[in-house]
Amino acid sequence: MKRVLTVFLGVSFLIISCGSVDASTAAASDSSAKYIENKGSDTIVNLALAWAEKYQAEHPDIRISVTGGGSGTGIAALVNGTVDIANASRKIKDEEIAEAKSKGINPVEHIIARDAIAVIVNPKNPVNQLTLQQISDIYSGKTSNWSEVGGEDRPIVKLSRETNSGTHVYFLETVLRLGNKDDKTLFSMDTLLLPSSEGIVSEVRSNPNAVGYDGLGYVPEDLKTLAIAKEAGGMYVLPSIQTVNDKTYAIARDLYMYTDGEPSGVIKEYLDWILSNEAQQIVADLGFVPAK
Amino acid sequence: MKRLFAQNRHAVQRIGFSLITLMAVITVLPIVGTVIFILIKGGPAISWEFLSGFPHDGMRAGGILPAIIGTLYLTTGTAIFSVPLGIAAAVYLAEYAQDNRLTRLIRLAIINLAGIPSVVYGLFGLGLFVLFLKFGTSILAASLTLSIMTLPVIISTSEEALRAVPQAFRTVSISLGATRWQTIRRIVLKEALPGILTGVILGLERAAGETAPILFTGAAFFLPRLPGSPFDATMALPYHLFVISTQVPDMPIQIQYGTALVLLAFVLTMNLIATVIRSRARARRQW
Amino acid sequence: MEKSLTWREFVITRLIQASGYSAIIFVLLIFFFLIREGLPALVEVKISSLLSVRWYPIEGYFGLLPLITGSLIVTLGATLIAVPLGIGTAVYISEIAPRWMREILKPLVELLGGLPSVVLGFLGILIVSPFLRVLLDLPTGLTAFSGSLLLGAIAVPTVVSVAEDALDSVPRAYREGAWALGATPWQTIWRVTLPAARSGVLTAIMLGIGRAIGETMTVMMVTGNAPVLAIKLGSLFSPVRTMTATIAAEMGEVANGSSHYHVLFFIGMVLFLISLVVNIIASSVVFRAKKRAERILS
Repeated sequence: MKRVLTVFLGVSFLIISCGSVDASTAAASDSSAKYIENKGSDTIVNLALAWAEKYQAEHPDIRISVTGGGSGTGIAALVNGTVDIANASRKIKDEEIAEAKSKGINPVEHIIARDAIAVIVNPKNPVNQLTLQQISDIYSGKTSNWSEVGGEDRPIVKLSRETNSGTHVYFLETVLRLGNKDDKTLFSMDTLLLPSSEGIVSEVRSNPNAVGYDGLGYVPEDLKTLAIAKEAGGMYVLPSIQTVNDKTYAIARDLYMYTDGEPSGVIKEYLDWILSNEAQQIVADLGFVPAK
Repeated sequence: MKRLFAQNRHAVQRIGFSLITLMAVITVLPIVGTVIFILIKGGPAISWEFLSGFPHDGMRAGGILPAIIGTLYLTTGTAIFSVPLGIAAAVYLAEYAQDNRLTRLIRLAIINLAGIPSVVYGLFGLGLFVLFLKFGTSILAASLTLSIMTLPVIISTSEEALRAVPQAFRTVSISLGATRWQTIRRIVLKEALPGILTGVILGLERAAGETAPILFTGAAFFLPRLPGSPFDATMALPYHLFVISTQVPDMPIQIQYGTALVLLAFVLTMNLIATVIRSRARARRQW
Repeated sequence: MEKSLTWREFVITRLIQASGYSAIIFVLLIFFFLIREGLPALVEVKISSLLSVRWYPIEGYFGLLPLITGSLIVTLGATLIAVPLGIGTAVYISEIAPRWMREILKPLVELLGGLPSVVLGFLGILIVSPFLRVLLDLPTGLTAFSGSLLLGAIAVPTVVSVAEDALDSVPRAYREGAWALGATPWQTIWRVTLPAARSGVLTAIMLGIGRAIGETMTVMMVTGNAPVLAIKLGSLFSPVRTMTATIAAEMGEVANGSSHYHVLFFIGMVLFLISLVVNIIASSVVFRAKKRAERILS
């Protein structure tokens, strides 16, 4: 048994030292490393990750850690003072600004990209287009069968992001409530709140009854995206970089990064780089809309 | 009439036994099936690059080294805190404690610790270690949280192992003039070591596979380099699997299965080691 | 030499004693923290709101009932699966299987207990949910039932290990006595062995239930997380939202100190109390059974 233990310890020692070698070479160049903590929106997280990878390749002395958790998580972390940059796919709320100010944090907004929210259905679903009002009625529970909007006789299974997601909040305000601030409509109680975009995608992909929504960057090609009209009788528009920029697509939004006060030093350099052509090309590559 | 009754009993038995056997099969088959399934689906993804490289391209390619190392760090951290404390507590219960109310209370506390949901441990860890003690989202906070969670397993299995050592060993030692602690240290602990080790490994195995306690206390979505200090956050295998199977679009399915396989292999290896220790100790036992 | 020996002995003994008390300290610490952060919820949110049927925290709807019923229905389903299968398997391993098979099966079942919950959740979203949707012709496969199925799988090893230990420790004399009186092995199991191991088996069941209630990742990935009041029979085959998934999904987003934060800790407190009650019942059952056994055997 002693032999087994020795072998085991030896192997684990080897593995850990392999890792440590990597870490120590990093640490050697790390003594002057600057750390940027980036947290928040799951919509932005893959974009932020791509940016972080590109930037770190060009600036090896900067370390950027990227975490998701939802826009609410990022803003909460900014308010608690535990991150440098908060990613949010919705605007910061007034209550959050007040909370931040009370803790001495001054959130400053930067628009870093644009996004279209695509409403997706299973490829076998015959429905191709809907108006905003129809989508609102579906998600609030008023419409519960696909046949009511021109589809087959199937129950509508509604998929949504979790409440901590900026995408969720944006969808609530813009689609369910049609932009009306005093409207109190809520998602129907039987809406499935999935913890991530991938959850929505895989369910829509395998379930002909499903409808979901998410950022265009997250929608794979094999799912059907619905064309949306702002009003009944209006033009039905599919989401794309063009229709977002010329504002014909009804559900488009800005994506934000928030910092504590005006950024300076390495954070400022990073944010400036994010608005450069190189970084904005990555935006387009990932299916989002460049900020300009 | 009597004969009919007798035949009836045996028919009932035959049906009953088949039913029970069926139940056992239903229970066991999925386990084997699951492991084999993940092995088949995840096997192709395993390569030296996968195990030793960093993730690239938004984690859709490359390896999962930081997650593996992170899990190793967390497991080690958990062991550092929970093993000494757990074994000491087990020694207390097996060797020193009297059968009074206080001891019953301690046992109740242990059973309760064992029953607390893992996400409540996460909440507690967030409240105490991350926020109150200001350790932040770190390996330290996550390890401390995991170690409190692992404590009941280590205490109960270690206590059982200590109790299994025959009283005669202790009596002889004391009669030869050794103090209580000397007896425990040199004789009882040594004899109980395999059982204790089994418990420790099984406890650490559970800690290695848990996601909820580390969600808000130490896990990170992506870190560019390995963590350099206990105050850094870290990637970890269970959290990584959760993230790549639910948060990242266009994640190649093979990488998902590959990660699941690595996590499974990690956990099963620990299980295997514990089982081997236990059976060899049982075979070698002199009492 | 004598003095330093006894002094060292004294210090070590005190340290060991302190370690022994540590379990109580930790439980109290956890309880204290949960209360400290959770009780303000009762102040900040009206009780009537907490008992309402809408859970939508970002707009101030903190109704806990859908979450509680969600947890209950998933746990109930899991218990209905895990208890019969678990006890049946335990009976098989302990009473029916030949010795060589027992040596294989016991570690195998323990292996299942070691499977990380996130791996089961992973397989759940990829395979179990779509399969159930097609098989039972449901609107979606992300339901309480999928959760119960996987939770049952997680809880079964616990039930099997503890129940098997209990059955194993029933003295051989009991069985031999029954056989001598002419009972078949089957009758012996059901009328003699199992009743004799009753307290251990009950403990096994309670531990299994405890494991099911507390599971987080698996339910978060496969139950759909829809905060619906799960009280109809059909609710088992609809999406639900459990208390544990709610905490895991929302904890990251809350601002430290907000009402939402306090309510989540309050839910944690409720979970803690539920497991406390389950454990107290289980240990009092065992305690009373032990006393009864002592009376009979003495």
